[in-house]
Amino acid sequence: MRDLSAARSPPLVSANTTLRALAPATRYILRGGPHVRAAAEQALGTRVPGNACRAFVSGERAVLWLGPDEWLLISPQASAAAIAALLGAALKDLPHSLVDVSHRQIALSVTGPKASALLAAGCPLDLEADAFPVDMCTRTMLAKAEIVLWRTGTEEFRLEVWRSFAAYVSQFLDEAARGII
Amino acid sequence: MIASLRTLSGGRIERSRVLRFSFDGRAYLGCAGDTLASALLANGVHLMGRSFKYHRPRGVLAAGSEEPNALVAVYRDAGRYTPNLRATQVELYEGLEAQSQNRSPSLAFDFGAVNDVLAPFIPAGFYYKTFMWPRGAWQTLYEPRIRAAAGLGRAPLEADPDRYARRYAHCDVLVVGAGPAGLAAAAAAAAAGARVILCDEQCEFGGSLLADDAAAPQLVAGRPALQWITETRAALEANPRITLLPRTTAFGYFPHNLIGLNERLTDHLADPPGELPRERQWQVRAREVVLATGAIERPLVFPGNDRPGIMLAGAARTFLNRYGVLTGTRVVLVTAADAAYRAALELQQAGVFIAAIAEARTAGDSPCIEQARAAGIPVLTGATVLGTSGRRRVNSIRLARLKHGEVSETHTQPCDLVLMSGGFTPSVHLFSQSRGKLVWDARLQTFLPGAPAERVRSAGACRGVFALEAAVADGAATGAAAAREATDPSRTGVRPAAALSRGAPAADASSTPADGGPGFAGALPQPRGAHARAFVDWQNDVTTRDLALATREGFRSIEHIKRYTTTGMATDQGKTSNLNALGIVSRTLGKDIPQVGLTTFRPPYTPVTFGSFAGFARAQLFDPVRTTPMHDWAREHGAVFEDVGLWKRARYFPRGAEDMHAAVGRECLAVRNGCGIFDASTLGKIEVVGKDAVAFMNRLYVNSWTSLGVGRCRYGVLLRDDGFVYDDGVVARISEERFHVTTTTGGAPRVLAMMEDYLQTEWSELEVWLTSTTEQWAVIALQGPNARRVLAALIDIDIAAAVMPHMSVATGSICGVPMRLFRVSFTGELGFEVNVPADCGPAVWQAIWEAGQALGITAYGTETMHVLRAEKGYIIVGQDTDGTVTPEDAGLGWAIGKSKPDFVGKRSLQRPAMTSPDRRQLVGLLTADPATVLEEGAQVMAEAGARAPTRPLGHVTSSYYSAVLGRSIGMGLVSGGRARMGETLHVPTPSGDVPVQVAPSVFYDHTGARLNA
Repeated sequence: MRDLSAARSPPLVSANTTLRALAPATRYILRGGPHVRAAAEQALGTRVPGNACRAFVSGERAVLWLGPDEWLLISPQASAAAIAALLGAALKDLPHSLVDVSHRQIALSVTGPKASALLAAGCPLDLEADAFPVDMCTRTMLAKAEIVLWRTGTEEFRLEVWRSFAAYVSQFLDEAARGII
Repeated sequence: MIASLRTLSGGRIERSRVLRFSFDGRAYLGCAGDTLASALLANGVHLMGRSFKYHRPRGVLAAGSEEPNALVAVYRDAGRYTPNLRATQVELYEGLEAQSQNRSPSLAFDFGAVNDVLAPFIPAGFYYKTFMWPRGAWQTLYEPRIRAAAGLGRAPLEADPDRYARRYAHCDVLVVGAGPAGLAAAAAAAAAGARVILCDEQCEFGGSLLADDAAAPQLVAGRPALQWITETRAALEANPRITLLPRTTAFGYFPHNLIGLNERLTDHLADPPGELPRERQWQVRAREVVLATGAIERPLVFPGNDRPGIMLAGAARTFLNRYGVLTGTRVVLVTAADAAYRAALELQQAGVFIAAIAEARTAGDSPCIEQARAAGIPVLTGATVLGTSGRRRVNSIRLARLKHGEVSETHTQPCDLVLMSGGFTPSVHLFSQSRGKLVWDARLQTFLPGAPAERVRSAGACRGVFALEAAVADGAATGAAAAREATDPSRTGVRPAAALSRGAPAADASSTPADGGPGFAGALPQPRGAHARAFVDWQNDVTTRDLALATREGFRSIEHIKRYTTTGMATDQGKTSNLNALGIVSRTLGKDIPQVGLTTFRPPYTPVTFGSFAGFARAQLFDPVRTTPMHDWAREHGAVFEDVGLWKRARYFPRGAEDMHAAVGRECLAVRNGCGIFDASTLGKIEVVGKDAVAFMNRLYVNSWTSLGVGRCRYGVLLRDDGFVYDDGVVARISEERFHVTTTTGGAPRVLAMMEDYLQTEWSELEVWLTSTTEQWAVIALQGPNARRVLAALIDIDIAAAVMPHMSVATGSICGVPMRLFRVSFTGELGFEVNVPADCGPAVWQAIWEAGQALGITAYGTETMHVLRAEKGYIIVGQDTDGTVTPEDAGLGWAIGKSKPDFVGKRSLQRPAMTSPDRRQLVGLLTADPATVLEEGAQVMAEAGARAPTRPLGHVTSSYYSAVLGRSIGMGLVSGGRARMGETLHVPTPSGDVPVQVAPSVFYDHTGARLNA
């Protein structure tokens, strides 16, 4: 029988100097109470943010706060089974929800000195470094698409975009870049 | 160019950069830095437009955005044609093509001018009193004529090829207006460390100081005004926390300090790069706003005050000092304010002959008057104007003095320019839009900002501080205070009560007379019994007579008078006319101006293009276009797509010359006889997980979930709390605590929102969580008698009927790709839905497609899916239901878990009206002629020939031609339908009644043998 497990077709996005698609990743949505957060921290060896709109990075893993009981875990593609096993064991006796969303969304990177100006064409939040510092993350709107916006560096943002909106978001950023970059 | 109309030097134009342009097809020359208005004036052209109603010849009145007369269209190409631009704001560029408006055949000779002769017959509100008879003529004659006559410019018919951009911005202090007060405010706020945005509608910063006389400059902070502007601007530019936006109009003030700015990026360029957006709309959320919007000079109201060559005194100063243009050679000034004297003296310095100054005030104690007389200019105090003459340009003015309402002396002065000044009206538009209170200032005869409703302050002339030095100081103090409050760490979202007193009126007594000071609102006095026509609103042609008529007819409130006479209702929103109208009405009614009231200031401050509001949301970016992982395959295989919400879904796959009917018929038979493959990825999917998952599902859906075993599926029905069907879908139990819930394609977001809402607000004690997985899975439906054989060869689990019966779910892998496999069917055939991680969808689809070739696999689309499900009587929520359909109505009563204590909508279902036997119930409808396909939405009547107002029994919800049955089938919601089996009803159509027989809604495989194969 053929093995197609490596034959992946992520949605196409346009790329320019500021915008590029990041490699496929493993993603989980973890939901549960404070005990779940503590247990997940221990199992993953990664801080799981308790504060709103905060992301923690540890090595190749990142945990983003999306809500009081909701976190987005991002790690390299190959680690899916390992993470599921780790968390499955650690959270076995705690009420929680762990759902694989690796393919639900893709990641786009927007970088450059005008990165926040570019995003401000469609995002109504204040993206000034004081108001939206490095490692802040939030669900928000980019024009007509819902995204998770995460500032990964002073001039670097990561956008988590549902796959069917990826083309729209990349076309939007291409258009918005005119006159800015 | 008529060189003699340019000064020899000075001004902010580049005399060496000569630009060619045309107006109404005639070629002219201007200079870089000119506006269209200044360039035309330099060419001796004063006639720039025709008035709206009377088509009177008009020239420029003002030099800025308040200009009511000189409305022009600028033509670049058929799609780039912008009407109703103020010539005073159109920056000149090489090759500019401008056209006048509201005239036919030409500006100099206009047939419409007959209206001016007919003026006595078309007073204010004439259209309310005429066109009454004959009745039929309204539609055929009057309305078309009136529509043709109304409006000024014409809209372009081609699509707008330009780009428009949007920017969201936040700042500590937004300063609107970069005149002396605004620049000082921005500098002070910047010095305090605030994040500042400074915007101004003009192409360069400086505001009124740009019209300063460079030869005899005013001093700011000890430096000549223009030098101060340059230095202040340079300092702001060097500060990275300051955003400077010239050519940017703050057009609207919206709640919570959201201010709309429109930045014009390319309109001033001769050859705009197509890459650049034409305009960018900024939506600024400012912690504090400083309004430094300046003041607008008020015209005087006297007979014949609208001829070309009659303009505001300040406008003539601007044309002289900023653009180096002499607007006349022999000038008479009419004034009721000190500001005009500066214009007189500066023009005289430039070599213009000042014939006279008519001073409307009687008190001769102003030092200005002495100054003018010392310069040899005759000043006639206590003067009024009886009239002017000159058709396309003023050529004389009749000055007079009155005594007890009678003319005591007259002087007729030949002239080619009349300048007027009634003082200054502070620009409180944005302050008023912010819901701030305006207070009347009797000394200045104007309204000033009072108590604010937002975090806003006014500085400089817009709050009556006219003197230059005082305005600069006011700006600096206001900017510093705004910065202090914006950056105060103890600041909360709540407004401190003390702030209510901010920006209290501070009409500055130290204003030197030439800077502004007391003004005049109303009309200049006329001899008793005179019925002269003096213009109040230039753009809408409202005269003193119209206002008098309105008060005679009983109107008292200015809001009513405004609507009756249309004063202040033109595109300039009465910037130059509102206060004079108020003054006139107040005098006629014998009431103070504050008692007459004030009309509302509305956004936009000046007109904004539609493109600016559309922004990026046009063409392919109008809305996101969502595509499935298998979209490219469908496109390559010739799919015709349909829009389902934001999704593109393959509707059918025509082969060769097939039309939809033929393709759908072929696809249907392929599924019934072999195997069809269908992309169901757009179905909504929600993972419901937690130890209370089953309790949650029991409370939400009508069905009972406790009895659903792991590995089994059930068709779920979701109601709103009013008991009507909201959504449906197959729900699979993956494990004890995990459900895979599917929803309709369009219902996915709202079902998730409803679930989350109940969870957070009603049942927060439940330990269950929701995650949308709609886009995690690519869903490939494989339907038909051969489906099992196609699939079996590719997967690693047993799917024999005994192991995997209808409505079951299993996990496994397909070609090495992890899969959730559902045995479900929306076609009535043996069927599976393969769920694989989305990125793997295309490869798995291709593998199934190849494996199915030997078994006749056929790709089918949503149209075929619709026919197949209708043959089985499966409903589509939103097509066979409409928000007023209960589960019983839809024939889904069997799904309800009758023994459950509660579920969303349960109580509503028990109301008597919800169980009435007369309710519209879903039934099958079979036409007598099997070839006739009913129209969806058609009414169903009890009697042949019945028409409205006879109430219909119901309507057709679904109707198709069924290839497998060889006849048409239909479903409809029919009152008491299930008790009418076998009855003949009638469906009226444009070609006559179609008799239909009421039948069960399952048309094919009534026993479900195929489904369970």
